[in-house]
Amino acid sequence: MNARTGIGASLLRKEDLRFVTGRGNYVADIQRPGMAIGVFVRSPHAHARLLSIDTTAAKAMPGVVGIYTGADLDADGVGGLPCAWPVTGKGNTPSKEPVHPALARGKVRHVGDPVAFVVADTMVQAKNAAEAVVVEYEPLPAVVGVLDALKPGATAVFDDIPDNVCVDWEVGDAAATDAAFAKAAHVARLSLVNNRLVGNPMEPRAAVAEHDPSRGSHTLWTTSQFPHIVKLLMGNFVLHLPQHKIRVVSPDVGGGFGVKQFHYAEEAVVTWAAKKALRPVKWVCERSEGFLSDAHGRDHVTEAELALDERGKFLGLRVRTIANMGGYLSTFGPNIPTNLYGLLLAGVYTTPAIYCEVKAVFTNTLPVDAYRGAGRPEATFVLERIVDVAASEMGIDKAEIRRRNMIPPDAYPYKTPVMMEYDSGDPGGCLDRALAAIDWTGFGKRRAESASRGKLRGIGLTTYIEACGLAPSRIATRLGARGGLFESATVRVHPTGDVTVLMGTHSHGQGHETTCSQIVSERLGIPPENIEVVFGDTDRVQFGLGTYGSRSAAVGGSALAKATDKVIVKGRKIAAHMLEASEEDVTFADGRFSVAGTDLSKTFQDVALMAHYPVDYPLEILEPGLEEQAFYDPVNFTFPCGAHIAEVEIDPETGVVSLVDYVAVDDVGTVINPMIVDGQIVGGIVQGVGQALFEDCVYDESSGQLLSGSFMDYCLPRADQFPQITVQTHVTPCTHNALGVKGCGEVGTIASPATVINAVVDALAHLGVNHVDMPASPNRVWRIINDAGFGQTAK
Amino acid sequence: MQIRFQLNGKPVTVDVPPHELLSELLRDRLGLTGTHVGCDTSQCGACVVHVDGRSVKSCTTLAAALEGATVTSIEGLADGAALHPMQQAFHEKHGLQCGFCTPGMIMSSVEFAKNNPDPTPEAVRHWLEGNFCRCTGYQNIVSSVQAGAAAMHAQRKGA
Repeated sequence: MNARTGIGASLLRKEDLRFVTGRGNYVADIQRPGMAIGVFVRSPHAHARLLSIDTTAAKAMPGVVGIYTGADLDADGVGGLPCAWPVTGKGNTPSKEPVHPALARGKVRHVGDPVAFVVADTMVQAKNAAEAVVVEYEPLPAVVGVLDALKPGATAVFDDIPDNVCVDWEVGDAAATDAAFAKAAHVARLSLVNNRLVGNPMEPRAAVAEHDPSRGSHTLWTTSQFPHIVKLLMGNFVLHLPQHKIRVVSPDVGGGFGVKQFHYAEEAVVTWAAKKALRPVKWVCERSEGFLSDAHGRDHVTEAELALDERGKFLGLRVRTIANMGGYLSTFGPNIPTNLYGLLLAGVYTTPAIYCEVKAVFTNTLPVDAYRGAGRPEATFVLERIVDVAASEMGIDKAEIRRRNMIPPDAYPYKTPVMMEYDSGDPGGCLDRALAAIDWTGFGKRRAESASRGKLRGIGLTTYIEACGLAPSRIATRLGARGGLFESATVRVHPTGDVTVLMGTHSHGQGHETTCSQIVSERLGIPPENIEVVFGDTDRVQFGLGTYGSRSAAVGGSALAKATDKVIVKGRKIAAHMLEASEEDVTFADGRFSVAGTDLSKTFQDVALMAHYPVDYPLEILEPGLEEQAFYDPVNFTFPCGAHIAEVEIDPETGVVSLVDYVAVDDVGTVINPMIVDGQIVGGIVQGVGQALFEDCVYDESSGQLLSGSFMDYCLPRADQFPQITVQTHVTPCTHNALGVKGCGEVGTIASPATVINAVVDALAHLGVNHVDMPASPNRVWRIINDAGFGQTAK
Repeated sequence: MQIRFQLNGKPVTVDVPPHELLSELLRDRLGLTGTHVGCDTSQCGACVVHVDGRSVKSCTTLAAALEGATVTSIEGLADGAALHPMQQAFHEKHGLQCGFCTPGMIMSSVEFAKNNPDPTPEAVRHWLEGNFCRCTGYQNIVSSVQAGAAAMHAQRKGA
C-alpha cells in the first residue's frame, strides 16, 4: 500500500473532486439566513485629515441597516490592529508601532484606507448608500517613495514619528566587514530596487460574520491562511471578545501567497457589525478594492557591495536597504525586511563577514507585509545579482564563481555570519544537475542561432538557500515574534479504524488533504480513502498557527508524524493485552500489531475497535478510546536550496523579453508527493517570473494614487508567456524533523526573479549593461537598448 | 423582466432586473456558486460558463439577454457521478491547486477542445490567455487541456 499511497507517491489529489465540479465552499459562496451585505467607504486620498463623516442622508436610503465609522468603534472600545512581529533595531530601539485603527481616525494614510462600513439588505443598496456617505477631507501632501520619506522635512505619516522611520535595524559584524573590504582585490557595487507587488490570489478576500446573542457567540468565516491567529488577534486585541465565544472558519480558500496571513481590519469590522446590526453580515472584496486593501509585498531600495580577493573569493558583503512599511504596520510588517531578509544574505556561500542595515519607513501607501517568499526573494535578488556583477567585472564564469565560494557538502551543519545554522544541503549537486539539464556549455550555439533571427539571447543562473519551516519558537520569540510558531495535529481513530486528522495548518491550494493522508497512510498502514483531513475551523481544530513560510509539511507534518507515533504507542499497549504478550514484544508495521517471533497479530482495525468496545481491556491502567494530539516545535528552521537557470530572448526592436527555457533543481528535503511538489515549484517560479518581467505596483509619486489598481494595468502572468519549465528535485533530507522535509512552497518565487534578471542582463551585457530593475518590461528594456545605441550599431 | 432559458438541462423562468449579471443570477439567486468572480474588469475568466455552447464571461453578460438561451455552468458539466473528460483530465494532470480559477478554466477548455482534438501546448496557452491562474503556473493546465481534448474526442468516437 505504501509504495502507491504513502510518502513518495504521486497520489492524485483527494480535494480535486469538489473543485472540478463546482462544489468548493469559498467564503463568498456562504449564505446565512437574514444576511445583510456590507460595503466599505474608502479614502480617495493618500494622506488627509478626516474632518467629518456625515451619514445622515445615507442612513435614510432604502435597505440600509447601519453605517459605522471609527467613532462608533472607539465608543465600543474596539482596539487597533496589532503587530504580531515587531523587531528591535540599533541601540536596542524597538520598532515603532503606531495605532492602526480598523476604521480610520483623525487622518487617512493611504488610498483605500477604510473610513466607514455601510450595511444594507442588498449589495446594490449598500453600494448606493456608500456613495451617499459624505466625508470631508483636508488633503495633506503625500509621501510615497522610501527615499522621499527619509528626506529632511519630508511629510510625516504619523505626527509623532517625524522621521518616518519604523526601525533602523542591523545584523552582522560591521567592523569585520569593514576589515574585509580593506583587504579586497576587487569590490563589486550595485544599486537596485526590488519592485512593489500585489499578491492577487485569484479569490478576493471575503468575510461573513454572525452573532448569537442568546449564547454570546461570534462566528467569522474568513479567507484566512490562519484562522486560529485571527481568532486570537481579533478576539483578544481588537474586539475584546472571550476566546471560547469565537469561532473562526476558513473554508476553501482560493490561494493565499501570504496576502491572507494577516489579520485585516475588514475581519474585525464585519464581526463587530454583525453584533451591532444583529444580522449576519457579508463583505466580499472586489478585485480593484483588493488592490487598495490587501497588504502589498517587497518594495526595497538597496545598495550592496561585495568584496572579493583576486581569485574571486568573497571576503565581505555590505548591504543597505530601505524598506517600505506603508501607512500602518501590517501583522508581520517589520519582520519581513529584517529577519527574513538580512539573515539570508550568506546564501550558499562561505562569505566570512556580512553586515546589513535596514531602515523600515512609513509612507502613504498600503501596508507592506509578507508575500510568497517574504524577504528571502529580496535577499536572493541582492546576492545573486551582485555575484553576477562581480563575475562579469572579474571575467570569471558565473557557475565557476559560485562553485569557488560555495559551502562544501562536508561543512554542514554550517553557521553563517548572520545567525543562521544550515543543517543540510547540496547546492553544488543541484548546480551540476541544472547546468547539465540546460546544456550550459552549449549556450553559445543557441545565442548564435537567436542572433541569426535578430534576437539577443541571455542565460542566467542562481544558486540559493532559504529558511522556512517557520519557526522554532525559541528563536522566533528572540527575534521579536509575539507568539509561538509550533504546530498541532490530532489523529482521531474511529471504532472502525478509519481516521480523522485535525490539522492546525491550512490548505489553500497546497493539497494538504492528500499529503497529510499520505503521511498517515505511510505510518498507520491504512488507505488514504479511510483518512479525512480537517483544518480551517477553530471549533474543530483545537489550535494551530496556520500555513505560511513553507511550514505545513515541516512543522505541521512533523506534528502529525508525532501524533501517529502516539497512536501506535497506545495501540501497542492495547494489542499487547489482546495478544497476551508483553508490550515490548509487540511491533507495528503495515497496519498490523504483531508479537515478535510468533504468527500472532491484530490489525489496526481490531485494536481501534477494542479501544472503543473495551470488553477485554485493561481499564484499570489504560484509558479507552484512541485519539492523540501532538504539538511540535521545530528545533531549527529548514533550509531548502537549489540552482535555477533561465534563458531569455530579447527582441531589440520592441524590448519584449521572452522566457524561452527554465530549469530548476531544488533540494526541498524528502518529497511526500512528487506531483504536488512539482506543481508548487512551477507555480512559484511563474509567480517570481511575474515580478521579473511583468508585475509592478506603481503609485503616482506626488499624489499617492495607485496607478496599477486593476488587472487592466497590473500585469498578472498569463499562460502564453511561459515555456515548459523543467523541475527536478535533489534530496538531502532535513536532519532535525522526523519526515526529513524542508518545504517547497516558496523556492520558486525566491529563486526565479534573480535568475531571470541575470539572464536579461546577460543578454544585454555587450551593451555595457550590468543591471536591469524589475520588471524588465518592454518599455524599460527598449529604453536601455536604445540608450546604448544598439539600433545604430546593428544597422 | 421575466426570462426563460435552459440551465444545465432544465428549464428556468426568473424575473431579472435589467442590470443583473449572469454571474450574479447564478451565484446569488440560483445557488450555483461554482461559477466564481475573480475580478471586476472581465479579465480573469473564473466566471466562464457556456451560453449556447460558447464560453462567455458571465460577469459581463446581462442575465436579461438570456431569453431562449441554453446555459451550462460547471455544475452541469458532469454526467451524473461521471466526470466530464476535461474535469477528469484536470484531476489526473494536477491542473488545479486552490480550485478558484478551475471552473472557468474547465469551461473555457471544453469549448476549445471541441474544435481542437489534438492541440499543441502553444495553441492551448494562446486560448487560455483570458483565464488567469495564480497557483499552477499554467504548466499542468496545459497538459490537462491536451489530455482532456484527447479524451473528449476518444469518447465521441467511441459513442
